[in-house]
Amino acid sequence: MRRFPDAAGIASLLIFLLIALPIFAVLVEVAVPSVEVWRSIGKTLLPEMIKNTLLLLAGVGAATFLLGVSLAWLTFAYRFPGSRVFEVLLILPLAVPTYVLGYVYMATFDYAGPVHTAVRELFGFTLPEIRSGWGAMAVMSLVLYPYVYVMARAGFAQISATSIEVSRVLGYSKFETLVKAALPLSRPAVAAGMALVMMEVLTDFATVRFFNFPTLSEGIIRIWYGRMNLKAAMELAGLLLLFALVLVWLEHRLRGRARYYQRGRAEGIEKERLSGIRGAAASVFCTAVITLAFVLPVVQLLRWSVEETSAPSASFRMYMGLLLNSLTLSTAAAAACALFALVLAGVLQSAGSRRLRSVGRLSTMGYSVPGAVIGVGTLGVLSSFDRSVNALLESYLGITVGLITTGTIVGLIYAYTVKFITVAYNSVDSSLERITPNIIGAARTLGASRFRILKDVQLPIIAPGVAAGAILVFVDVMKELPITLILRPFGYDTLSVWVWQMAAESMWGGAALPALTIVLVGMIPVTYLMRKGGVLR
Amino acid sequence: MKVWRSISMGLLLLLVATAAGCTAPEKEAADSEGTQEKVVYVYSARHYGQMEPVFQEFMKETGIEVRFTYGKDAELRERLKAEGEFTPADVYISVDAGNLWLAAQEGLLQPVKSDVLESNIPQNLRDPENRWFGLTMRIRTIVYNTERVSPQELSTYEDLADPKWKNRLCLRPSTKVYTQSLVASLIAAHGEEKAEEIVRGWVENNPKFIDSDTRIIETVAAGGCDVGVVMHYYLARLKDRNPDLPVDIFWANQEDRGVHVNIVGAGVTRYAKNREEAIRLIEWLSSEKGQKLFADGNFEYPVNPRVEPHPIVKEWGEFKMDPINVAEYGRLQKRAIELMERVGYR
Repeated sequence: MRRFPDAAGIASLLIFLLIALPIFAVLVEVAVPSVEVWRSIGKTLLPEMIKNTLLLLAGVGAATFLLGVSLAWLTFAYRFPGSRVFEVLLILPLAVPTYVLGYVYMATFDYAGPVHTAVRELFGFTLPEIRSGWGAMAVMSLVLYPYVYVMARAGFAQISATSIEVSRVLGYSKFETLVKAALPLSRPAVAAGMALVMMEVLTDFATVRFFNFPTLSEGIIRIWYGRMNLKAAMELAGLLLLFALVLVWLEHRLRGRARYYQRGRAEGIEKERLSGIRGAAASVFCTAVITLAFVLPVVQLLRWSVEETSAPSASFRMYMGLLLNSLTLSTAAAAACALFALVLAGVLQSAGSRRLRSVGRLSTMGYSVPGAVIGVGTLGVLSSFDRSVNALLESYLGITVGLITTGTIVGLIYAYTVKFITVAYNSVDSSLERITPNIIGAARTLGASRFRILKDVQLPIIAPGVAAGAILVFVDVMKELPITLILRPFGYDTLSVWVWQMAAESMWGGAALPALTIVLVGMIPVTYLMRKGGVLR
Repeated sequence: MKVWRSISMGLLLLLVATAAGCTAPEKEAADSEGTQEKVVYVYSARHYGQMEPVFQEFMKETGIEVRFTYGKDAELRERLKAEGEFTPADVYISVDAGNLWLAAQEGLLQPVKSDVLESNIPQNLRDPENRWFGLTMRIRTIVYNTERVSPQELSTYEDLADPKWKNRLCLRPSTKVYTQSLVASLIAAHGEEKAEEIVRGWVENNPKFIDSDTRIIETVAAGGCDVGVVMHYYLARLKDRNPDLPVDIFWANQEDRGVHVNIVGAGVTRYAKNREEAIRLIEWLSSEKGQKLFADGNFEYPVNPRVEPHPIVKEWGEFKMDPINVAEYGRLQKRAIELMERVGYR
């Protein structure tokens, strides 16, 4: 492969440009601000949005850290009734999109909801209003803590049993061991989990809107739709991008030189048995978290979907249409991401150059960029592309082809690729790393042809990695909201868009079945994570 | 090996599915050109379920098939703009006057000269330049908990800024276009300064902001607030299901300009390829038959004065409506948004 360094360079550069384009489009807008809008929101909406964004980051950050790390340590270092089951079940909330939990909580815990009503009737006092920053924080923390939980578990598993034993010998309690040994040693893993949480918080706009807690991400949509000002929306997106970059940098600093921890076993650490009250308390804690974050929304959605089928407004045909659209988009995006990631990772690895590989990593920065930013950036790129194509064709051939990318599936999938290629890339890249030159050399020595090597050696090794990456993208796209909302073709509502629109109108019943479907599909990667086992066992 | 085989099969299927997905819309367009069947394409901001029966009846009578896609007002308008001359849409239906005004302003709609429309639709409910036409009226007014508020306490939108309503209000957030139009109507009536004072008064009364008219009514019913501002048909819908709901409607500002009226309206797009059919559709919707179907499906008031409203809303009696041309809401929308930003109405 060294024979084609230029081809490799060009291919990776092209993919890099394609992926970075929407993000650059946003950055360019920031350079030339539209003064009028900034002056108008500068003293009013903007400070509040920034304040809310920071509050949300801090609140959800603290809560997911506490929940994630404590649950991870509890299930890692102790044995208590049901601990083996909880260990696995605690990942489940990952399958619930934030806005789905948000919408279930809204209907369940607001003033007119059943919980408030019951408390009022039984105890005669009023619970605090859920439409608030607290409500948003609670909901996000419940859904996002599994990122920290999974990563912390992986981190703990990496720590050699010896260092934990040493801390025990020094007379530290289990808790002190966590604080003084396990946590510092697994810092990179926990930081990576926290970074994912923070990105989700920055990206979300539907949940904060439900809870009336305008953040920067929500502001982008607010300014675009409310003021019809795409340019100002893009500038706001640039500001949001700065937040994301600071987060990426922070995570990088926290992680230090360490790499992601994905594999490894909890070797030999002796689990302490919690009995009596303490064991019961541990079980109750885990049950409470799982109930609030997973059982409650699923049961509520099930109830609503059952009620809905008896209501006249239920349209099975429409639901099938939504499902089909979601599946089409998810599969196409998964295929596109896997394909691009394969090319990118393959070319870059065979090129072997360090500089090229860092280009590769750069082109996968989309994941750290909020969906609304990518959506708006892509729209800018697509519409100018369409316009130039039409202008060119018009002047040379006298024909026009109309909108070939804006508001089409092609444009939508392009944006998904920008956002989610990281997910596929990481997975493909690590599986490609497993093909050492020795393996190829051995195959060649045994007289295998080039094609045979590809078919019988290379592809089987990387296939699981590619599949895993594709599955993760599939589910991410299924849940995705802001990009879909901004770029979807007409009449192309997806499950997630439908849930959001119905929920915004309080038509809980209409949103239930699609939301439930998203949760069910979301369980695919969760099951995958569980079965992969490396994380848990 | 099996793994790889199934994966490659899967990938192949995906590609086929994608290709099919990508080409489907083109094929559809080709179909409509190829055959002589009459079709009209509609971008509708009105919900699913309310449109199908109306369009089916229209097709039965005229033989013109209506194909429509649903979206939010602003989204649809943005897309109309982005698609320019390539838009497939012939008719744009919006559930808010402000959006229609903006669409006309941005040159997305074309003027239509029609005696039918002019005789069916009162003047203040259509564009002075005939680019869009109101089809039904929706009244954004006050609802109150019948056990906690007597109607004598209520009077106007302005009065809701009075401190006596502190912690007793439920309002819709400023992101909803209905709220924007209501505030725009205040600007039109009082000028910006006075309007700002009123809206600031609302905000100082610490209202619950709930992004759903239905939920606002349910919260009023549960006693979470005493008074809310909603579109009348949400109450009609809930009353239809539960007549004992302890919430009643109050027509605001009867002593002065009248209650705030918004419309569902339609316009023919500038680049409509099926212009005749588009006009035919809007005319039919303004006719007695069309009005009945279109308005009753959602408990709205017909614009055509010859058509009776649905019994549930008819029972609420006659009332005075703000005679302002609804186009004003569009003209003032941006100022309304900025005003709400200034006073912290979220």
